[in-house]
Amino acid sequence: MSTDLTPEDAVTVPPADPRLLVREAGFAGYWQEFARKLRSGELGSLPVVVGLIVICLVFQLQDSAFLGAENLSNLFVTAAGTGLIAVGIVFVLILGEIDLSVGSVSGLAAAVFAVLNIKHGMPEWSALILALLTGTVAGALHGFFFARIGVPAFVVTLAGLLGWNGLMLQVLGSNGTINLDDSGLVADLTNYYFSDVAAAYGLATLAVLGYFLAALRDARRREAAGVPSRAPSELAVRTAALAVPAYAAAWLFNQYKGLPLAVVIFVGVVVVFDLVLRRTSYGRKVFALGGSVEAARRAGINVPLVRMSVFALSGTMAALGGMFLASQINAANQSSGAGSLLMNAIAAAVIGGTSLFGGRGKTWSALLGVLVIQSIASGMALLGIASAVQYMITGAVLLAAVVIDSVSRRTQKTAGRA
Amino acid sequence: MSATPVLALRGVSKRFGAVQALTDVELEIHPGEVVALVGDNGAGKSTLVKTIAGVGPADDGVIEWEGRPVRIERPHTAQELGIATVYQDLALCDNLDVVGNLFLGREIAHAGVLDEVEMERRARELLATLSIRIPSVRIPVAALSGGQRQTVAIARSLLGEPKVVILDEPTAALGVEQTAQVLDLVERLRERGLGVILISHNMADVKAVADRVAVLRLGRNNGTFEVRSTSQEEIISAITGATDNAVTRRKARTAEASK
Ligand SMILES: Nc1ncnc2c1ncn2[C@@H]1O[C@H](COP(=O)(O)OP(=O)(O)OP(=O)(O)O)[C@@H](O)[C@H]1O
Ligand SMILES: [Mg+2]
Repeated sequence: MSTDLTPEDAVTVPPADPRLLVREAGFAGYWQEFARKLRSGELGSLPVVVGLIVICLVFQLQDSAFLGAENLSNLFVTAAGTGLIAVGIVFVLILGEIDLSVGSVSGLAAAVFAVLNIKHGMPEWSALILALLTGTVAGALHGFFFARIGVPAFVVTLAGLLGWNGLMLQVLGSNGTINLDDSGLVADLTNYYFSDVAAAYGLATLAVLGYFLAALRDARRREAAGVPSRAPSELAVRTAALAVPAYAAAWLFNQYKGLPLAVVIFVGVVVVFDLVLRRTSYGRKVFALGGSVEAARRAGINVPLVRMSVFALSGTMAALGGMFLASQINAANQSSGAGSLLMNAIAAAVIGGTSLFGGRGKTWSALLGVLVIQSIASGMALLGIASAVQYMITGAVLLAAVVIDSVSRRTQKTAGRA
Repeated sequence: MSATPVLALRGVSKRFGAVQALTDVELEIHPGEVVALVGDNGAGKSTLVKTIAGVGPADDGVIEWEGRPVRIERPHTAQELGIATVYQDLALCDNLDVVGNLFLGREIAHAGVLDEVEMERRARELLATLSIRIPSVRIPVAALSGGQRQTVAIARSLLGEPKVVILDEPTAALGVEQTAQVLDLVERLRERGLGVILISHNMADVKAVADRVAVLRLGRNNGTFEVRSTSQEEIISAITGATDNAVTRRKARTAEASK
């Protein structure tokens, strides 16, 4: 339904604001727009992409195996677990909150799966679903205490970090390590490759074509409705910008064992949740809460429900990530979900460009950020550098990302965009 | 004017800790009527608005909607009844663009998927009818001026099909032309048979568009006046609770000071 007012009511349609900077058509226009965005602090994914290129160049110069198909393919597969956890973190960060429990929840889920499947002989699929649901319930519980009771998320999830880790140790029992079936479902998560060359190229083609057709349809609809739309040349540029990395990755994977299942799932999750955030009313609500909780409440949004759902989602993604991590070592053990996992997942989201201040972020930042972190880890391992140095470097990169976030927020404020 | 008010408050009270913000407030709004709600700063006008809008429900008293008592405990309930509110503090999400804010909470979606094109088209149409100048409907509202934000908030209240529109100081940040537009809009809403509650400190605006003036003083009713048959001085004295007004007060003060 539209408003009570019809265009006939308009006494005069106001002319466009003469101060509005209209973008020039063509490539000069894109460049102009790009430069304006940079100046006003809308850096988007630029810093992380530049960072990634620099990191790759540095390691490649040190060791030519770095950009080899085997290393890069393994790097992607190893990144998937942490990356999936980071996708959940992106949602929580957009709310302007934090989830410190994801490491423990991922470990707990792995333990639950191992115990149900190996010890109790439950079929893999049911065990997997129950393990994921464990994460959902844990997250929903955090969400409940945060949204309904009003305990700060930081504290609730800190309690979760300790509590779920304890529960995991309990579940694993005295033995401490449960090995998984090495030809089972979970093992396949990081060990299965679509060895047919057509798989990788086919998927790349599907993605590029799908993007192009969707964008074209959108542009047509916009034109028909009389609202500004993207020029065909811009569509072409954007499609090319997607096609180049997509086919490069497909080619790369085919040089080694083929398209990894882990990558398909991870990228699939990133794409789906990107659409959820940008294109659904649910995603709009999540962003609204990150912008102003009070405005969201007055707009009739069920604030506690959205908050709980986001934490439940974060828990579920942590559990899913935990499955991938367990798959890599083919076991659930006492150190599952411990160590630097939590920090890496949060760092990945922030390094990728999701703001710590809430209200801004993309699931793609989980992908880009985790690639940065994993590249550093992989490069260091290749060069035989101790993990001490690796931690320091990752810490420095995270600090740089947060500085960029804070500074860009400040510039955005002065440019009236935050 | 019909006999049953579309919205009626009966004995509404509200307290914040030690402050009794509203005491037994009565208010009636009929379809096709503009009621101005006036009172000094802190009189309880915004608090009253929030009880109607479900943002801060009343502790006591009854709200009647089209003759039957209703409980408005959430903003959603008020919206469903057909109450649209423009808050004094606007309540916009700075990180969302103009379209996002206009449709927040009632996005046009098919099976949960947003129809951005349709929302943008309607947003442009609506803003055009309000003669609002905004650089682009796709920029975050943080980038708008105070008055532009206010017009976005007003436009927001007109989406959906409200039966009662509450405007809490809608022209406070507006320029001459935009104020005139909002007053025109209020008249158009009345012609369409909507009930309007207009809160304003500007007596000229009130005199120009309101049918009745309800005065709040220290959280209580302090008289309701027919605009046509009441002088500005009478209203002002009801607001200040005295027979004097701002001008005579100043005179008295300067007289005191010069003693
Ligand atoms: N959230 C709150 N907590 C405590 N006291 C409040 C709150 N909101 C309002 N009050 C008190 O209630 C009284 C009425 O405030 P209200 O905002 O309704 O005034 P108003 O008539 O809208 O004033 P103005 O013209 O300045 O907007 C004031 O004394 C104020 O201090
Ligand atoms: Mg007020």
